[in-house]
Amino acid sequence: MQIPAPFDYVRASSVDNALALLDRHGAESRVVAGGHSLLPMMKLRLARPDWLIDINDLFELDYLLVDKDVLRIGAMTRHTTLLESDDIKRLFPIITDAERVIADPIVRNRGTIGGSLCQADPAEDLSTVCHVLEAMAVVRGPAGERMLSMADFHRGPYETAVAQNELLIEVRIPIRTGSSSAYEKVERRVGDWAVAAAGASVSLDSAGTISRVAVGLTAVGLDRNVTEVEAVLVGQAPTEELFTEAGRLASLACDPLADQRGPIDYKRHLADELTRRVVRAACRRAAASVSEITI
Amino acid sequence: MTILEDRPSNPAAGDHDRPVGHGRMQRKEDPRFVRGKGHYVDDIVLPGMLHGAILRAPVAHARLVSIDTTEALAHPKVLAVITGSDLQALGLAWAPTLSMDVQAVLVTDKVRFQGQEVAFVVAEDRYAARDALELIQVEYDVLPPVVDARKAMDPGAPVIRDDLEGRTDNHIFDWEAGNKAETDAVFASADVVVTQEIVYPRVHPAPMETCGAVADFDPIDGRLTLYETTQAPHAHRTLFAMVSGIPEHKIRVVSPDIGGGFGNKVGIYPGYILAVVGSIVTGKPVKWVEDRSENLMSTSFARDYIMQGEIAATKDGKILALRTSVLADHGAFNATAQPTKYPAGFFHIFTGSYDLAAAHCTVTGVYTNKAPGGVAYACSFRVTEAVYLVERMVDILARKLEMDPAELRLKNFIKKEQFPYANKTGWEYDSGDYEPTMRLSMKMAGYDELRREQKEKRERGELMGIGISFFTETVGAGPRKDMDILGLGMADGAELRIHPTGKAVVRISVQSQGQGHETTFAQIVAEEIGIPPEDIDVVHGDTDQTPFGLGTYGSRSTPVSGAAVALVARKVREKARFIAAAMLETRPEDLEWEKGRWFVKGDPSVGKTIAEIAMGAHGTVALPEGIDGNLDAEVTYDPPNLTFPFGAYICVVDVDPGTGHVKVRRFIAVDDCGTRINPMIIEGQIHGGLTDGVGMALMEFIEFDQEGNCLGGSFMDYLIPTAMEVPDWETGFTVTPSPHHPIGAKGIGESATVGSPPAVVNAVVDALAPFGVVHMDMPCTPARVWEAMQGRTRPPV
Ligand SMILES: Cc1cc2nc3c(=O)[nH]c(=O)nc-3n(C[C@H](O)[C@H](O)[C@H](O)COP(=O)(O)OP(=O)(O)OC[C@H]3O[C@@H](n4cnc5c(N)ncnc54)[C@H](O)[C@@H]3O)c2cc1C
Repeated sequence: MQIPAPFDYVRASSVDNALALLDRHGAESRVVAGGHSLLPMMKLRLARPDWLIDINDLFELDYLLVDKDVLRIGAMTRHTTLLESDDIKRLFPIITDAERVIADPIVRNRGTIGGSLCQADPAEDLSTVCHVLEAMAVVRGPAGERMLSMADFHRGPYETAVAQNELLIEVRIPIRTGSSSAYEKVERRVGDWAVAAAGASVSLDSAGTISRVAVGLTAVGLDRNVTEVEAVLVGQAPTEELFTEAGRLASLACDPLADQRGPIDYKRHLADELTRRVVRAACRRAAASVSEITI
Repeated sequence: MTILEDRPSNPAAGDHDRPVGHGRMQRKEDPRFVRGKGHYVDDIVLPGMLHGAILRAPVAHARLVSIDTTEALAHPKVLAVITGSDLQALGLAWAPTLSMDVQAVLVTDKVRFQGQEVAFVVAEDRYAARDALELIQVEYDVLPPVVDARKAMDPGAPVIRDDLEGRTDNHIFDWEAGNKAETDAVFASADVVVTQEIVYPRVHPAPMETCGAVADFDPIDGRLTLYETTQAPHAHRTLFAMVSGIPEHKIRVVSPDIGGGFGNKVGIYPGYILAVVGSIVTGKPVKWVEDRSENLMSTSFARDYIMQGEIAATKDGKILALRTSVLADHGAFNATAQPTKYPAGFFHIFTGSYDLAAAHCTVTGVYTNKAPGGVAYACSFRVTEAVYLVERMVDILARKLEMDPAELRLKNFIKKEQFPYANKTGWEYDSGDYEPTMRLSMKMAGYDELRREQKEKRERGELMGIGISFFTETVGAGPRKDMDILGLGMADGAELRIHPTGKAVVRISVQSQGQGHETTFAQIVAEEIGIPPEDIDVVHGDTDQTPFGLGTYGSRSTPVSGAAVALVARKVREKARFIAAAMLETRPEDLEWEKGRWFVKGDPSVGKTIAEIAMGAHGTVALPEGIDGNLDAEVTYDPPNLTFPFGAYICVVDVDPGTGHVKVRRFIAVDDCGTRINPMIIEGQIHGGLTDGVGMALMEFIEFDQEGNCLGGSFMDYLIPTAMEVPDWETGFTVTPSPHHPIGAKGIGESATVGSPPAVVNAVVDALAPFGVVHMDMPCTPARVWEAMQGRTRPPV
């Protein structure tokens, strides 16, 4: 049994209550959502908050709803809920693809989208997914609510715009017609963090031309979308040559580190290979949703 | 409440799910395990019990400058802080290892591996004990470490074991087997010789339950009760008596339910000793249970063999000879567990299943700044390394000769009529009939069809591989004339008592860590005396309750203890004959046995069941001269030889050419373990071992960085396989009984762990053949496979 440093614990009863508790207990207090990132770090004594504010009773943050042209996901929505949602499968298959390979069922039953995004682990999959889908994050604090793009929200490894006394409340994803998406990850074992992963979201116009594309990479040292790909792909009809070019650009854009998961050149190779695969898959899926186009 | 007897019979269990004797039946121990009612060391709570925690070294090699425990002692819940110098004063700072070396219980002079034990805190609860570790101030003077075994013998290498008198290098032993001159001569004149360096990386048994102990020393009568995660309670008790000075009759070692051992729980770890010292110092029971990182970083690792393999053959594929030199990384203390005579275990079985003209091996053991251990992880005393070497070499030879690897093996097997077979390194294989086993596995796999599919796929650029391994195991150590551990002969005892009502208790010296002893051993007795296994209680794991014996490892329980149990049951059966004769007023030689009963020859209606005889023995029947009034017996079994189970494994993998990811698509395992006592338990053992094998082949690896930091200290970094990585196992069997074992059984516990890694690696290498890959070392992670595809295979050390 791995034993964390001493801490105090309190359960929040509402979002306002949670914010008040964060304020009251100050700098060394942390909220715990699914606990699947925070508790392992505490057990290894890498994190040592004085206070844990449990937000698992905030059922009002556990929802998934299609609201006109936006999908709204409450911060306490569990991985499993995302994985099993038919709306998501239909609208954003990239989320379903990613959730299938995030951890294992035990972790997915507890871990939340809010915790994942706030943890901002460089190998974390949903951050890439949200970048690629151009999601907005709704953050609430003592001064009220603000809405941030992923670029503003996600500041780098383990760093977000959420202040100590704020909560991530909701994630909003714009729904676009003629669009689809895909995610693929290489892992050493089911449940392992990514060696590398890539996600893509594509919109096709009625002529089958790429009108919008976003590509993101996980675990290879890039905290933003591979914007280089967008410049080259938009306005083109999807072809194998184009996918190859997208892969090449992705492998150039990333900046991986060597570790037990693999050397740098392998990770660069994966950025290339997986980018090709996900752009291809996203284009195919988008084309299938705009039924007259085939590629 | 449902009790065992109420369980519905399981149709999948086959026809014999309630056998009186051998056959498929559900495990007697499972109702408690599946209900969460197992009772493990950590479940033990004694009145007034305190908790211990170990401070471990953060670096691999450092001189200990000072330890300041003042602050830790000031913690309100801390009762004691024990350091190396405290132990030194008691003469307990160093303890003997199972390989005639010594190991520091707590560091006195120098840290020799990262994670080594530095101090022990005893506190009122676990949390306080752990918190207090942070209050101990230690100053280290960091030294350059020896991490790479290849550099351990370099002239300028730091000397790790300067504690040993006169020690000037990191050399531990040189050992050899076979005939060098003869082997060299065969090699010199062979048509074909292939050589390959093959590394079996350091892996860890990683049992689900980590190691731990509860020590309870009674200061009034000087009695020590030690609850421990141990696979060998009797051997531990004797060693504790020898080391601590507490007389053996005052020590009771109890090994309750054990959550997996795989060799990890054979040795005596500093934590056990510290729990005892803690209890003596405080006068209270002390519990110590390590966490996962402690288990992975400090307890017995496995393998870590760098093997230079050479194989010689004629050009038409007759294998002539094998030669190898091995560099063995033993870590900071030589603490491997194996019979004294064999510092490299049974590695010299590396001639495998083939009839060779000559063979020779040398093994050199060295110290490095890594955790000690060595023989662990279901390896049958290094047969794992041996089988991996020969089965890889045979595949490499097949590639060189452009022969099918199945064909090459079939051509070179030891023939049925050659058994008992004396190999070139001193073993006598008891029995074998390899070809039918190999053919059965090929038939189950649809071997020719698989090769056709592979050919088609290759043309399309898809990577599919088929890997074969044919192994011969060497288990059931062992004959006392050859085998002992620290002077204790490797025999096992058994005691059987039939109670007056015909129910029985059998007491055995080996301890189960998941092997199903409570069922298998009851079935062995049931087969011999004809009472149902449900009526036979198996008692084990408590030195006060059981006869002496060396414990469970090296797949020795069935070959040794199983033999003891069969023989003790036969002894009881013979005794029953005399008592039955008295009861029936006839002569013993006029009685005939049928399962469960003696009856009068020619008049089957007149007889006595075992239950009737037991009641007679304890009743008022006038007993014949020399027969005392019970139906009990005991034996100690000294095996005449080891047993040699074998098997043929075929693995099919698909490799993603873009990512290097390996998927094990199929795995066919045909095992021959001689007489099969409970086929369901056998299959369970095989499923577990195959999963282990896939884990080692694809992902398991305890890696170190240049500074000697262990990079495998958690399950995030040390990967073990899950159900998702393994296919539906396809198992089959043949039966070639052991001629010298009372019931012909050979042992199955480690066959699959030993046999499966080469099958998986052979399949991966076969899949990569289009890239010219001839060999790659484990673990075949996506990155390493991709590197191999780029022509950049690299050893894992
Ligand atoms: C074995 C294992 C394997 C895993 N594998 C993967 C994987 O492959 N891919 C992957 O992406 N993830 C993986 N994870 C991580 C998993 O997805 C976590 O659940 C997730 O990263 C964090 O979610 P949580 O709800 O558990 O957050 P917690 O651990 O509860 O919190 C994480 C951090 O976020 C903060 N936080 C949580 N919620 C909020 C909020 N609403 N507002 C502000 N701050 C908040 C907490 O204070 C904490 O600092 C794995 C985890 C484990 C244990």
